[in-house]
Amino acid sequence: MIARPVVDVPRRGAILLAALLAVLLTAPWIVNDYLITVLILILYFAYAGQAWNIMMGFAGQLSLGHAIYVGLGAYVAAALFTQFGVGPWLGLLAAIPVAAACGAIIGYLAFRFGVAGVYFAILTIAFAEFARIGFDHLSFVNASSGLFLPVTQHGHNDLWRLRGGPVMFYYVILAATVLAFALCRVLLRSRVGYFWLAIREDEQAARASGIDTFRYKMYAVMVSAAVTSFAGVFYAFFYNNLFPEQVFGISRSIEIILGPIIGGVGSLFGPIVGAFVLTGLAEMLNTVLMKFGVDLPGVKQVFYGICLLFVVVALPEGVWPAVARRLGVAGERR
Amino acid sequence: MPFDVYLNVAVGGVLTGLVYGLMALGLSVIFGVVRVVNFAHGEMMTIAMYLAVVLCAGFHLDPLVLLLPIATVLFVFGYALQMGLINPFIRRPEHTQFLLLVALAIIIANTLLIIFGPDARSVQTAYGFQSFQIGPLIIDAAKVYAGAAAILFTLALFAFFRFTRIGTAIRACADNYTGALVVGLDVKRLYALTFGLGAACVGAAGTMLVLIVDATPMLGPGYTLLAFVIVITGGLGSMPGALLGGVLIGVTEALAGLFFTPSAKSMFAFAILVLVLLFRPQGLLGKRVT
Amino acid sequence: MKHKSHSARLTRRAFTAGIGAAGAVAGMAPFNIARAEGGPLKVGVLLPRSGLQAGIGQDCQRGADLAPGILKSLGLPEIALMNGDTESNVDTARARAEKLIADGAQVLVGAFDSGQTTAIAQVAEQKGIPLVINIAAAPAITEQGYKFVFRNFPTAPMILADAFANQKEIFAATGAAPKSVVFMHVNDTYGTAMAKGIGAVMPKFDMPYTIAEEIAYDPAARDLSVEVAKAKATNADALLVVSRLNDAMLLTRELVKQRWTPQAILSMGPGWYEDQYIKTLGKLSDGPISFVPWYDPHKKLSQVLEDALAKADPGFNLNTNHIFTFEAFLVAADAYKRAGSADPAALADAIRATNITDNVSIGPGIRFDAKGQNDKVKDGAIQNIGGKLMTLAPKEAANAKPQWPLPPYQDRG
Repeated sequence: MIARPVVDVPRRGAILLAALLAVLLTAPWIVNDYLITVLILILYFAYAGQAWNIMMGFAGQLSLGHAIYVGLGAYVAAALFTQFGVGPWLGLLAAIPVAAACGAIIGYLAFRFGVAGVYFAILTIAFAEFARIGFDHLSFVNASSGLFLPVTQHGHNDLWRLRGGPVMFYYVILAATVLAFALCRVLLRSRVGYFWLAIREDEQAARASGIDTFRYKMYAVMVSAAVTSFAGVFYAFFYNNLFPEQVFGISRSIEIILGPIIGGVGSLFGPIVGAFVLTGLAEMLNTVLMKFGVDLPGVKQVFYGICLLFVVVALPEGVWPAVARRLGVAGERR
Repeated sequence: MPFDVYLNVAVGGVLTGLVYGLMALGLSVIFGVVRVVNFAHGEMMTIAMYLAVVLCAGFHLDPLVLLLPIATVLFVFGYALQMGLINPFIRRPEHTQFLLLVALAIIIANTLLIIFGPDARSVQTAYGFQSFQIGPLIIDAAKVYAGAAAILFTLALFAFFRFTRIGTAIRACADNYTGALVVGLDVKRLYALTFGLGAACVGAAGTMLVLIVDATPMLGPGYTLLAFVIVITGGLGSMPGALLGGVLIGVTEALAGLFFTPSAKSMFAFAILVLVLLFRPQGLLGKRVT
Repeated sequence: MKHKSHSARLTRRAFTAGIGAAGAVAGMAPFNIARAEGGPLKVGVLLPRSGLQAGIGQDCQRGADLAPGILKSLGLPEIALMNGDTESNVDTARARAEKLIADGAQVLVGAFDSGQTTAIAQVAEQKGIPLVINIAAAPAITEQGYKFVFRNFPTAPMILADAFANQKEIFAATGAAPKSVVFMHVNDTYGTAMAKGIGAVMPKFDMPYTIAEEIAYDPAARDLSVEVAKAKATNADALLVVSRLNDAMLLTRELVKQRWTPQAILSMGPGWYEDQYIKTLGKLSDGPISFVPWYDPHKKLSQVLEDALAKADPGFNLNTNHIFTFEAFLVAADAYKRAGSADPAALADAIRATNITDNVSIGPGIRFDAKGQNDKVKDGAIQNIGGKLMTLAPKEAANAKPQWPLPPYQDRG
């Protein structure tokens, strides 16, 4: 039922992928700044969705509180920057273990006590809310009045401190998404990946055949959390302000997972396709509604919801598997 | 702090908790039987709240009187929703159900925004600002009525499931899906009925809640989350459990707010949730499910 | 509530308002219609018109819609509104800002929420398009060294300072003052900023009261009975509060139900004076004193704005949202007239040199310091008296005497 990931990429697929990459690399020369910002958003959600997908699509654990890892990454890096002047890349080195530790705690509690399925999802929500309220009272990071990162003038691009124009951020997130994609592919084809697939398909059978399911589920959660934390670091330095409500909120968690679910959970390309479809849909609806002179707040969201409904009813496996079949790039199913 | 403050707060917590419990009851019924993760729960309640506002303003009726009519409207809505849209999703993975209901929630919330605008709407009742004074206790009148209605509604529902044939059939579906099919029950219709009943509960809860809270389009997600916390704490599929869970959460939040800082009181509810999930996943009054 | 669809051009409502205003102003303004080259000034308007902040965003939009008509009648150049909905979301705010600029916006106005405003400010700074902030109280926004961001709204510390000063004026006028207050505040951006600021600002004013207890509550709170119970238990004389509209209504209901009428309700934020509050609570809405950025009832333009609002949206009182959103457009149009061109750099320079004394808000007028902040804007003290909003302080703006103490809730009809 869940789309199986493409295992062997046919030549056609490789060509299409290369073409897409070429387009994305040259985008800043082709499109205006508004579309660059839209692409940054798309790639951000593609990245975060990809990270979430490691846990869900590969290991079958539904996390509805993924914003906690984004938030932890963001706050750790931002706090280090504002208090000690530590640049984001070093901050990332601190953010990753923090996020992974958090994932480990959640994973440990859940797996040791046999919390699964919907209950696991609710557990993740509880932790995210806990973090949100907790940070709302943490005066070290300004609690709910917000943590503001000092912004220097945008004369030039400073990659080390991630200060600069949207084009720089675009390439950073593009690189991150490509790396995440490559990482996922490598993971999937490794031993760890096969064990994950086995656990996802039938955990009891996997355990019966000798796989230490607890261990590998923990790996999935920790890797997913660690990869997601970079999204937080990026967010902090791109927007330069953090509010616990915005960063840890449940609507953030939902935003992250809409992409992969629409695109196709469990497939490598699903999250990326999903991000393009969703953000593209939102912006397109805005443009169309403006053309018709409709300026009523809420209309766009209603249409958005209807489109989501349509996709989930008509394409239960997600957009990508259907598209892949059409394009003829769906690999053999293992 | 003088003792009567604690008493007042605790009593208030119990009453509020009863209304929360009624709201969660609907989710318990839906989740317990149909096994659908209803992430549009809060939004369904918001519909009921707005219905109450409109009907109260239009016909000058008291929300207590409107309880049954609105519950019926929501019943029909829930029945149709289950039959028409949700049924194929019961056997599908949770994340797909989730997306379906999130999409529904977005549509409902924003349609309400378009129709009613963002400003808070309330009902004007004679007892809206009244309170009963019994010695040192000062009890909010609206909460008393709401709490009483919640208990009555729960008893009625409990009786329905216990003593009627349809109720028994629904419980059979929940306990053993295959067995129910074998025995020849029309599972699809029973599921729709159950969803309708769950929606009716939410409808009643919303009508009661609008006495205490003003209706705004974006209320949904907060209550959906609260409903899940209560249902899991109280026990899936257990009706008294939902009320008990509601009261527990209500009192805990109230006392936590009193002892610590009120802005962090939700943390305690989530802490309880985590503890329940870890140590007693079937909830306080639920049965152990395989 | 009716919803009309707006287009980017002058809407019918604003035009009617403008005609009405023109009639009132005809005798006063010098008859020189500035003919700006390049046509109307394209102003991108970024407000949260859907999502959690929809109520406030839509209220600000009312102020925006009045601007074109009134400004035209003042002899200022024509402005064209380009509306953008930030959906109460940072991502959307940034994308909308980019889109409006790509579509040709020459000035941006917005965005009420500090987080969204910060995101938009960065875009504005990068593109060199001036941003005139209508409402956003986080001090950090004008501390970033931006050259294209201007704020005609006080920061949280400024609001606090004026609040204390006005309170002392009122205490002097009534001859009464509370000896202790309980400070309740909503735990969101604004509430927390105010709470933090109190520690720094209050000692400078030598206030006659002490804060018995500080009670912070969740902005999403459905029920404030515990908080009010706690407040009542402190036995403080008065209630000092920073809240939003919904909490203000909830708090008032609880005050009535728990039978506690403080000596005074001193609010340093929104909510207690808003239309919804007055409409919903009726007689129970009288009495709270709000210390907020407000209009000066003695200024000519205030009257013009009030009349225009009454025509366009009857039943709505003129409030902070309308005033400061309108003034942002005033700044933009005035700069356009002086700059003579819509070139963003020229506009920014012109805005920097703004000196408008004929404005709406209290204070000497609109001027920006080196950081782009109008540090001269003053806040007023208003009180709900008989369902109307009367100005108590500062002296130059006052048009009523304070009603003190609060009449007991249980005795009101």
